[in-house]
Amino acid sequence: MKMTIDFQTYFELLNLYSDYAMAVDSAEWEKWPDFFVEDGTYRLQPRENFEQGLPLCLLALESRAMIKDRVYGVKETMYHDPYYQRHIVGTPRVISVEGGRDADTIHSEANYLVVRTKYDGESTVFNSGHYRDVIVRTPDGLRLKSRLCIYDTEMIPNSIIYPI
Amino acid sequence: MSGNPTVFPKDPVWPGEGSSRIPFWAYTRDDLYKQELERFFYSGHWCYVGLEAEIPNPGDFRRTVIGERSVIMVRDTNGAINVVENVCAHRGMRFCRERHGNRKDFFCPYHQWNYSLEGNLQGVPFRRGVKQDGKINGGMPPEFKLEEHGLTKLKVATRGGVVFASFDHDVEPLEEFLGPTILQYFDRVFNGRKLKVLGYRRQRIPGNWKLMQENIKDPYHPGLLHTWFSTFGLWRADNKSQLRMDEHFRHAAMISTRGQGGKNDEVVSGVDSFKDQMKVNDPRLLDIVPEPWWNGPTAVMTTVFPSVIIQQQVNSVSTRHIQPNGHGSFDFVWTHFGFEDDSEEMTQRRLIQANLFGPAGFVSADDGEVIEWSQEGFEQNPAHRTVVEMGGYDIADSEHMVTETLIRGMYAYWRKVMGQ
Ligand code: FES
Ligand SMILES: [Fe+2]
Repeated sequence: MKMTIDFQTYFELLNLYSDYAMAVDSAEWEKWPDFFVEDGTYRLQPRENFEQGLPLCLLALESRAMIKDRVYGVKETMYHDPYYQRHIVGTPRVISVEGGRDADTIHSEANYLVVRTKYDGESTVFNSGHYRDVIVRTPDGLRLKSRLCIYDTEMIPNSIIYPI
Repeated sequence: MSGNPTVFPKDPVWPGEGSSRIPFWAYTRDDLYKQELERFFYSGHWCYVGLEAEIPNPGDFRRTVIGERSVIMVRDTNGAINVVENVCAHRGMRFCRERHGNRKDFFCPYHQWNYSLEGNLQGVPFRRGVKQDGKINGGMPPEFKLEEHGLTKLKVATRGGVVFASFDHDVEPLEEFLGPTILQYFDRVFNGRKLKVLGYRRQRIPGNWKLMQENIKDPYHPGLLHTWFSTFGLWRADNKSQLRMDEHFRHAAMISTRGQGGKNDEVVSGVDSFKDQMKVNDPRLLDIVPEPWWNGPTAVMTTVFPSVIIQQQVNSVSTRHIQPNGHGSFDFVWTHFGFEDDSEEMTQRRLIQANLFGPAGFVSADDGEVIEWSQEGFEQNPAHRTVVEMGGYDIADSEHMVTETLIRGMYAYWRKVMGQ
């Protein structure tokens, strides 16, 4: 089945990816849950688990409410070294669509690289992987039904606090 | 000479008799670190290598680490578990590059020496030379014996599905190594049920490896550093609790029963991490269902010296493997698991509660961070020392957690073995 979406839809898709990256890089954590539908899920999973069919994730946030709990954790409860992060996200690749050229549901993926900079530190590659997304159309525009970040990075440089 | 104390002392001596003041140089010296590898990781102790459930079938193997030495845990055709060092008997290369898999035998790509799953050398190419123009060229000397050139074989012990190994074939039996008290907490988790591996998490923490042992022998911090523990009563000073050690004070168990949480001024007033109004938006994060095997306590954290921590925090269970690399860094590998009789619901519960732990966990991320910051403090002035005197100077089991006695115990043992 050959998948096509119209350019308007693809343009919206591009915006979703770049707005997400901008939100998580600009420390506006409250915006992060809004990219998801209410029963949307966010999972950050080591590649080794994914490839072996092991279910464990680094983070498995099973609803927008749980993603909000993570935001509260990041802002209020987790003691951590502050850092800047910068997402470099590749052009999304549409894998399949449902619901015609203006698409109700899009399955897409994109590579990402996150660079971390701590105060007084150099900028280093922090996390490298790809997103596997299911995106749905809502009255407010495209939203994530699920985002699975599968990362190659074998050793987390100590800890991950902010959203990838 | 000015009155300024030296920052980098030559031949420093341990300050005083006890173990309540730990010199920063115990965490910063390369010579001591190498000695620790020799005396704790490579002799006299059992080290964690993995779970039997990771290699269920004959030929299954998994590469792992003891101290800094790469080893392979493998199930042979008889179903027995062997652990061999990942160093070729020929010219020493680390030949096994895959992390896990299934094999009939091992071979080293360089000159294709071949080993059985027990680590015995089976074949050496051109051992008898190569025939050319009617004469034999080369070959190994006639007295070369395959039996003398196997892989380094470790002593192996398994209990309740957990695999330990030791380079030291004279090490005492695992049960004696753990001692009766710690064994009881070990068996509480690993009581013979088959384990179901849920997955791995790996992090590199820029701190001395002992800091991780200390962190899990430190019941003073969880109700202070960790909001989730203080606010929801998962672990804090007003919980019913016990601290237990083996007779050498090297292993420990911190046992705690969840309290009601909420506002008890005695333990939360002035505590920055305590959030009176905090509620979780998605209650599944704290959907705790008691399990019969807990026998009461909601959390037992067991430190097996030097290499592993066994975690039971409510429904989340894991082993945490300490893999040092240098005096100022270690890799920390988490293997989360459940049990074969878990319902699908229980598996989901374990997976969701796992959000509290690991390198991004609501609770555990803090621990990695404070370990990094501790190491930074040590490096800048190795002549200084910590003050581990909460609860006094003595080393004893305890019925409360307002004490650093387990850390004092560990350093009493460290001093004895290290001769410091
Ligand atoms: S180094 Fe392994 S066969 Fe030569
Ligand atoms: Fe902690």
